Amino acid sequence: MAELEISAPAVGTFKHSLTEFWRYFRENPGAVAGLYFILLVLFMAIFADVIAPYDPTEQNRDALLQPPVWQEGGSWAYIIGSDAVGRDLLSRIIYGARFSLFIGAMVVTLSMSAGIMLGLTAGYFRGRIETAIMRIMDVILAFPSLLLALGLVAILGPALINAMIAIAIVLLPHFVRLTRSSVIIESSKEYVIASRLAGAGHMRLMINTILPNCMAPLIVQATLSFSTAILDAAALGFLGMGAQPPTPEWGAMLAEAREFILRAWWVVTFPGLAILLTVLSINLMGDGLRDALDPKMKRS
Amino acid sequence: MFRFLLNKLAMIVPTFIGVTIAAFAFIRLLPGDPILLLAGERGVTPERRAELEQIMGFDRPLWEQYFSFLGDLMHADLGVSIVTRTPVLEEFLARFPATIELSFIAIIFAVALGLPAGIIAAVRRGSIFDHTVMGVSLTGYSMPIFWWGLLLIILFSGTLGWTPVSGRISFMFFFEPVTGFMLIDSWLSDQAGAFKSAVMHLILPSIVLGTIPLAVIARQTRSSMLEVLSEDYVRTARAKGLPPWRVVGIHALRNALITVITVIGLQVGVLLAGAILTETIFAWPGIGKWMIDSIFRRDYPAVQGGLLLIASIVMIVNLLVDLTYGLVNPSIRHER
Repeated sequence: MAELEISAPAVGTFKHSLTEFWRYFRENPGAVAGLYFILLVLFMAIFADVIAPYDPTEQNRDALLQPPVWQEGGSWAYIIGSDAVGRDLLSRIIYGARFSLFIGAMVVTLSMSAGIMLGLTAGYFRGRIETAIMRIMDVILAFPSLLLALGLVAILGPALINAMIAIAIVLLPHFVRLTRSSVIIESSKEYVIASRLAGAGHMRLMINTILPNCMAPLIVQATLSFSTAILDAAALGFLGMGAQPPTPEWGAMLAEAREFILRAWWVVTFPGLAILLTVLSINLMGDGLRDALDPKMKRS
Repeated sequence: MFRFLLNKLAMIVPTFIGVTIAAFAFIRLLPGDPILLLAGERGVTPERRAELEQIMGFDRPLWEQYFSFLGDLMHADLGVSIVTRTPVLEEFLARFPATIELSFIAIIFAVALGLPAGIIAAVRRGSIFDHTVMGVSLTGYSMPIFWWGLLLIILFSGTLGWTPVSGRISFMFFFEPVTGFMLIDSWLSDQAGAFKSAVMHLILPSIVLGTIPLAVIARQTRSSMLEVLSEDYVRTARAKGLPPWRVVGIHALRNALITVITVIGLQVGVLLAGAILTETIFAWPGIGKWMIDSIFRRDYPAVQGGLLLIASIVMIVNLLVDLTYGLVNPSIRHER
């Protein structure tokens, strides 16, 4: 049989779809602002060694709890102040960007790849395997997310890597459900049937034919999960079950700062602000992505 | 409706069994030897160990252990806390009212602000108010609430000195708990200032806990209202010459509320997860703080029981939400 290539519908050239995507995305000023902020955080994370004025763990006994430069007693040596053991807060926050972005990227990669595999299997093969997978996902969803992550960390032991695995498991059902429902819808479409008639095997149908057409909602979900991952990891760090001191992870920094809240507002304020702005930017970007990738889903 | 109810119940049973298996597996998945963990620092002699294994049932096959665990559950026996030696269920129930009280006030706060904000934002779509509501709610949704709590403490407890930092009531007051709800108990106690103290202690924690639900409710109300406001029957109502408040407040809102109520119901899981952080920050003696303390004290029976109870509560509430949704929206009942 001659090579019969049946491509999925609505696949223009890559460059064309990218331009179109950017046109939609640009319409949303919040999303663009979010994108720029994330690029800034990414820049901070990559070039932390160059930008940060100090080493994040370097202690200075002569500069304990120094206030920010604009406040009385502050100095340009520690622009946004120093913490209880004399570490530069700004440097720690800059290095912290590495952890947050790394956590988000790792968790999303883990959760999304496992979720797509399970969801694809459930939606494509249906039947018992689907029931089994979906019931397990229901069980995961029955636990409040942070509580389940805490329970898993209690089993695995408190460490950043375990916190990331725990969060990836907690986020898994969202990817599985989303993939499964898109796969079910796509599977009954004509291009899939045509491809099957042309003799495509299960793997080819699942991965080459169906999956690319289910990606749009998954990308949006990935963005949302990225921000959830950062928030949850920070919460675990704050509770002492995630990154351990002296790691300059933003949540763990807040945990260390807690006892000084009424004496030194800056050690509490800035790490949290970094979390909030990063998460907010990603969420803004997620809104923009959703509108741009799938105009049908556009919120009114 | 009866069929719908049965269907929903049939869906929940496997999930519940799954949850019990997860809780059962929890202690067995912990790293290290459960007997050593239970025995604590001092360790055990081999004889004592065999004895303990028999008492705990670890010498029996796994499936038998699971069924005896299920049997205990049926008798409301969730085991005994290692630290306090009191039944886990008793410990849970002693702290549960504090969490309910906090969550209840938090959700009232969220609904009282979120509902009107969402409605007005939808009615004045595109206005400055609309953009503000959307911006603020996205910020609230992105908020690390543990940090938000600390900020509020700095401002209201530290700088302004308006609210207390932690606990449920001032140490000056003491009375026997009647209901376990501090607002009611302090009211009943007839002690001057006790009720006010309880209220002041509740303000910051409920704002913190209510922030994410508030954001979700405001956004959901706005989008459901926008959807409903573009429906034909709303246009008809307007065309009939009904006053705008009547169209919005009665014709549109009643239908928009269906999805909003569902979303409010689904916040229970969010509240219970948020309670862990909120209660830790404000030293609020509820189940969230108890869970965290139990994890740190390695009180695994307590963690196991807590996980099971909290998951069951979330499942039951979600079921009730589903049923209510089916009740107010008949079309959903006949789906598949």
